[in-house]
Amino acid sequence: MAFEGLTERLQNAIGKLRKKGKVTESDVREMMREVRLALLEADVNFTVVKDFVKQVRERAVGAEVLESLTPAQQIVKIVNDELTKTMGEAAVPLNKAPHIPTIIMMVGLQGAGKTTTAGKLANYLIKNEKARPLLIAADVYRPAAVDQLKTIGQQLNVPVFDMGTDHDPVEIVKQGMIQADLQKNDYVIIDTAGRLQIDEKLMTELADIEAEVQPNEILLTVDAMTGQAATEVAKGFNERLNITGVVLTKLDGDTRGGAALSIRAVTGKPIKFTGQGEKLDQLDVFYPDRMANRILGM
Amino acid sequence: ANFRTVDEGFFDDLEEMLIESDVGYETALRISDELREEVKLKNVKRSDEVSQVIVEKLVDLYGEAGQDEDNALHFTDNGQPTVFLFVGVNGAGKTTTIGKLAHRYRQAGKKVLLAAGDTFRAGAIEQLQEWGRRVDVPVVASQPGGDPAAVVFDAVKTAQQEHYDILLVDTAGRLQNKVNLMNELEKIKRVIKRELPNAPQEVLLVLDASTGQNALSQAKQFNETTQVSGIVLTKLDGTARGGIVLAIRNELHIPVKLVGLGEKMDDLQDFNPTQFIYGLFKGLIDIPETTDDGTNTSEFKSDSENTQD
Ligand SMILES: Nc1nc2c(ncn2[C@@H]2O[C@H](COP(=O)(O)OP(=O)(O)OP(=O)(O)O)[C@@H](O)[C@H]2O)c(=O)[nH]1
Ligand SMILES: Nc1nc2c(ncn2[C@@H]2O[C@H](COP(=O)(O)OP(=O)(O)OP(=O)(O)O)[C@@H](O)[C@H]2O)c(=O)[nH]1
Ligand SMILES: [K+]
Ligand SMILES: [Mg+2]
Ligand SMILES: [Mg+2]
Repeated sequence: MAFEGLTERLQNAIGKLRKKGKVTESDVREMMREVRLALLEADVNFTVVKDFVKQVRERAVGAEVLESLTPAQQIVKIVNDELTKTMGEAAVPLNKAPHIPTIIMMVGLQGAGKTTTAGKLANYLIKNEKARPLLIAADVYRPAAVDQLKTIGQQLNVPVFDMGTDHDPVEIVKQGMIQADLQKNDYVIIDTAGRLQIDEKLMTELADIEAEVQPNEILLTVDAMTGQAATEVAKGFNERLNITGVVLTKLDGDTRGGAALSIRAVTGKPIKFTGQGEKLDQLDVFYPDRMANRILGM
Repeated sequence: ANFRTVDEGFFDDLEEMLIESDVGYETALRISDELREEVKLKNVKRSDEVSQVIVEKLVDLYGEAGQDEDNALHFTDNGQPTVFLFVGVNGAGKTTTIGKLAHRYRQAGKKVLLAAGDTFRAGAIEQLQEWGRRVDVPVVASQPGGDPAAVVFDAVKTAQQEHYDILLVDTAGRLQNKVNLMNELEKIKRVIKRELPNAPQEVLLVLDASTGQNALSQAKQFNETTQVSGIVLTKLDGTARGGIVLAIRNELHIPVKLVGLGEKMDDLQDFNPTQFIYGLFKGLIDIPETTDDGTNTSEFKSDSENTQD
C-alpha cells in the first residue's frame, strides 16, 4: 500500500530530532506517535493500539533507546519484539482428539473464506498426515454453498457429507458424524454458513452444533483486510463459542493485516493458519514474526 | 436525550469514533478539525445542536468532494441493453448484489439477464444460477473453467438479440495486486465495449463495509483497470460502519451508489449520505427517530437527495 513502513517513518522523525543531538524522553514520545499512526494505518484496532503503545512506551524510554546511536532502529526492534510476543511466539499446531475423529469447525463472517479454508485444511491434512478427512456441508443458507463444498471435495478427492438445504444444520452435523464413524474418518471438517456475530439466532445455531459434537478445533476465519470492526467480530464469536484458533485469509493481497493483532489481543487465541491464495494448496502455518514485519511495513 | 456540553473531550471522542469507523487517521483528523472550526464559527454550545451542525457539515463535505458526480445509476435510452459490470475482491458480495439488483429490476417490470463471468471459483456458476431461479431471471453460463470473456460475449449477444433491458455481469473475485487477474477484467470490459460501445453503463466496485484501509488500494487499482463508476457498500447490517468510503470519495471521487443490508433479495438500498453519516456517529450524536428506510421505488434514480430532519 501507499503507506511507508515504520522504519522510514521513524528515520524521518529522527532526522528532525538529530539536529538537536542526543534524543530525549520527549523525543521518544514523539516517535511513539509515529508508531501509533503506523499501527492505525495498518488497521490495528484503536483501543488495541492505545494499550499496545503504552506497553511499548515503557520499554522505549529505557536506556537501550536513549543511549543508542540508532534510536529509530532500537524502537523498531522493541515494537517488533512486542508485536511478535503479543501475537504468540511460535506456530501452534492443530488440536488433536485422543480418539478419531478430530473435529474441526469453521466459523466466521460472510465471505471470510471458511469453505475454501475447509478444503485447504483437508488438503493439508492429507499431505502432511495421510489423513482421511470428511467434509460436512452445514451451510444451508448461502445459495449453492453445498455445491461449492462438493466441488472442492471432488477436486481433492475427499468425501463430502450433505443433506441438501432442507434440514437443520445441527441434524446435518449429527448425521455426518455417524457417517464419519462408519467410514472411520480421522478428521471431520464442518463448514458452516457465514453470519454476523450480532445475529442471535444464527449464533445460537453454532452454539448448538458445538454442544452437539464438542469440536476439538473451532477456527474463527477472518479476512485479513478487515478494519476496526475486527475486535467486535472476534469478541462476538469468542463469547458465544469456545474458539480455539484463528485463520487469517487473503494474505496474498497487499493489506497490512493489522486485524491479526486486534484479534489476538482481544481473544488471546492463537492464529494457526493463513490463507495465501484461492487455490487449495495455498494455506500456510502462521508465523508471528512475519506478521509483525508485515504490519510494520518491513 | 441527555446531551453533554461540547468540550475538547467531545472532539476527542468524535475523532476516535471516526477512526473506529475506518475513515483512516488522516481523514479523521481533518474532519474533526473542520468540525471543531465549524462549531466555533457557529458558536454552538450544546451537543444536541452540535450534532445537527456536524451532520450538515459532513453531508456538505461529502457533497463537495463529489460535486461533479451523481449517485444515480445510468441506463441507455437508445433501446440497446444496459450493462452493469461488477468487480471487486474475493467475498465482497458481488454475486449477491447482482441477485438483489436483478430482483429490483425484475419487480420494476424490466427484462433482466445475468452473465456468469466467474467460471473459476467452486460453485460460483451454481450460486448465480440459484439467484436466477429465486428472482426468476435467466443466466448465461459456460462450463466451470471456461473463458470468462467468452461467456460475457455470449451474454451481450443474447441481450442484444433478445432485447433485454439490463445485463448484469458477474466476475470472479480478485485481489487488486494480481496483475494477470486485473488484465483479465480489462479484457472482459473490452469485450463488452466492442459489442456495445456505450456499455458498460456502470462499473460497480463491490466493497465489504468491514474492510479497513486496504479498501483505498482496492478502489485505486480497480479504478485504474476498469474505470469504476460507483461503489456498492455491502454488509452494512453488521457492526462495521464503512467509513473508508469517505476517504475513497475524497481521494478518488467515486460515489457510493448502493448499500447491502443483508443476504436476502430485498436487502439492497440506494445510498443515502445523511443516513450513512448518522450511522458513522451512532452513539455519539443524536439520531432522529424517523430515518428514511430507503424503500424507494423510483428504480432508475438514486435517492441520494433525500433529506432528513
Ligand atoms: N485471494 C484469496 N482468496 C481467498 C482466500 N481464501 C478464500 N478466498 C476467496 O474468498 C472468497 C470467499 O471464500 P469462501 O470460502 O466462499 O468464504 P466463506 O467464508 O465460506 O463465505 P460464506 O460461506 O458466504 O460466508 C472466494 O472467492 C474464495 O476463493 C485466500 O487466502 N486468498
Ligand atoms: N450480512 C450480509 N451478508 C452479505 C451481504 N452481501 C453479501 N453477503 C454475503 O457475503 C457472502 C459473500 O457474498 P458473494 O455474493 O458470494 O460475494 P462475491 O463477491 O460474489 O464473492 P466471490 O465471487 O467469491 O469473490 C455470502 O455469504 C453473502 O450471502 C450483505 O449486504 N450483508
Ligand atoms: K470479506
Ligand atoms: Mg462458505
Ligand atoms: Mg461471486
